[in-house]
Amino acid sequence: MITKIVSKNFDIPNSHKLEVALANGRYSSIDKLFSMTPDEVTQEVVKSGLRGKGGGGAACGPKWELMPPVDERPRYLIVNGDESEPGTFKDRQIFQYDPHLLIEGIICTCYALSAHHAYIYIRGEYKFFIDRVNAAIKEAYEAGIIGDKIMNKYDFKLDITVHRGGGAYICGEKSALIESLEGKRGHPRLKPHGKECEWFFDNPATVNNVETIASVPNIVENGAQGYTKYGTEKSPGTMLFAISGPVNNPGVYEMAYGNKMIDFLNILGGGMIEGKKLKAIIPGGSSCPILTASEVEKAVLDYESMWDIGSTLGTGGMIVIDEDTSMVDVAKNIIEFYHHESCGQCTPCREGTGWIDKILKKILSGDASNEDLKTILDVCNTMNGKTICVFAPAVKDIISSIIKKFPDEFKTYLKN
Amino acid sequence: MNTFEYTPENEIKFQEYVSRYPKIDSCMLPALWLVQEQIGWVSPEAMIYVAQKLGKTPIQVYEVATFYTMFNLKPIGKYHIELCKTASCMLCGSRELKKHIKETIGIEAGQTSDDGLFTLTEVECLGACGGAPMFALNGEYHEKLTKEKVDEIIKECRNDN
Repeated sequence: MITKIVSKNFDIPNSHKLEVALANGRYSSIDKLFSMTPDEVTQEVVKSGLRGKGGGGAACGPKWELMPPVDERPRYLIVNGDESEPGTFKDRQIFQYDPHLLIEGIICTCYALSAHHAYIYIRGEYKFFIDRVNAAIKEAYEAGIIGDKIMNKYDFKLDITVHRGGGAYICGEKSALIESLEGKRGHPRLKPHGKECEWFFDNPATVNNVETIASVPNIVENGAQGYTKYGTEKSPGTMLFAISGPVNNPGVYEMAYGNKMIDFLNILGGGMIEGKKLKAIIPGGSSCPILTASEVEKAVLDYESMWDIGSTLGTGGMIVIDEDTSMVDVAKNIIEFYHHESCGQCTPCREGTGWIDKILKKILSGDASNEDLKTILDVCNTMNGKTICVFAPAVKDIISSIIKKFPDEFKTYLKN
Repeated sequence: MNTFEYTPENEIKFQEYVSRYPKIDSCMLPALWLVQEQIGWVSPEAMIYVAQKLGKTPIQVYEVATFYTMFNLKPIGKYHIELCKTASCMLCGSRELKKHIKETIGIEAGQTSDDGLFTLTEVECLGACGGAPMFALNGEYHEKLTKEKVDEIIKECRNDN
């Protein structure tokens, strides 16, 4: 079931060190990279169908094409390593086990974008991983891999800087991330009407997830076809899927898109602990609509299949829930997270998350009636599509899906 | 009176950060991190100092420092336990762990022990779901925790003092 592209070197001892990385194929895409024009690199990535691995699943190549033509303004690549979606712990594997793959991906991407400085925004809690990446960047500078030239020979200046976050989930939203990088509170920006690139101090910038960037060297080296031979037609390639909760082998496993969720749970995840029965899975980080055990049987791990069954693939980080767990408890736990993390900019989100939190507390205490349950769905409706970013719609997705798919569990708590 | 300033080493680090960004504004989080690394929290005096360094008003620094949950706005214990309470950890027993830590150290979440050794904070997802339940101790992750492992870690902390 496992297909290793990004995780190829993860199991090699000391894989994070430059010497070991070089001996195991890191930076081998660079010669081919510089035999191509920046536009040819972009077109190869467009053809590969590479999709953003941070949760949204938007196509990566077309995103790069949004950069304006080169002019006197500096251009930037911003790598999103804010990984904070509950159930998601994949980018840290790249930081820990193959930071040089990330640097190689940054070189490829910056060349394609004609960007000469890349910032890697890493969540503040990942201190260990930040140190890891900084050590790798230092090695790369000292070896002349980056800096004034690439690999000591290619005339392309490139600087890489790690920026440590301060513990705010919302900074994973790309425009909030840039606000944070500009030294402000992480408030998402209003979106433009048409498609355009991002702007860092009014300069053109592209924001990509860590795993997306780490997928690029393989595409440069082996061409789009080397990537599209894995996965499905519309979701080509591989992804670092994660599984956590009461399973025997929680962890991160790289697979091509298109595997069955139930096989992932039972084979790589090792099945439920202590022979417990599966009740539900939250498929791709806590923002995705929940799947019941019978839906899990049908679920296939690619973007389109997940949309077809009314959920999303998200970050590919699955949270498994067993039969002994109360879904009201799960809903309460999840809303506490969102209540805590709402940035407070938009009223429906700031107030709505708090309302739902309070009402769920009331339900758990046994003081609530059916009216209260209806109020939650009403608040969900008010939060959906009426805010600057997709945080509030995601809250609506997960909370209303739990209530709608497990109504009986809520009813047992209600007064008549 | 401003009673905070960077150590010479941190001043060098600060200048290095300044050289890495197109505008000094970006140095807000790096500057606050240097403060916290130096004194363990971000004091009002330090916020005024950072404001002066960045050419900002103190309120601009305050609004950032209070937005990001990792900045301690009051002094904390020598050992900061940040226990993850979010979904996967909750499903794998973080509540029992919280109770156990409370009983062992004698403090509620959000409190610091009388001897100033421990501060317990309940935090949202730390991105270690595969190692649930877990906590960070002074930023270092301890995963797949059991009561026994927690006892060992706390004992080690106490023995070092």
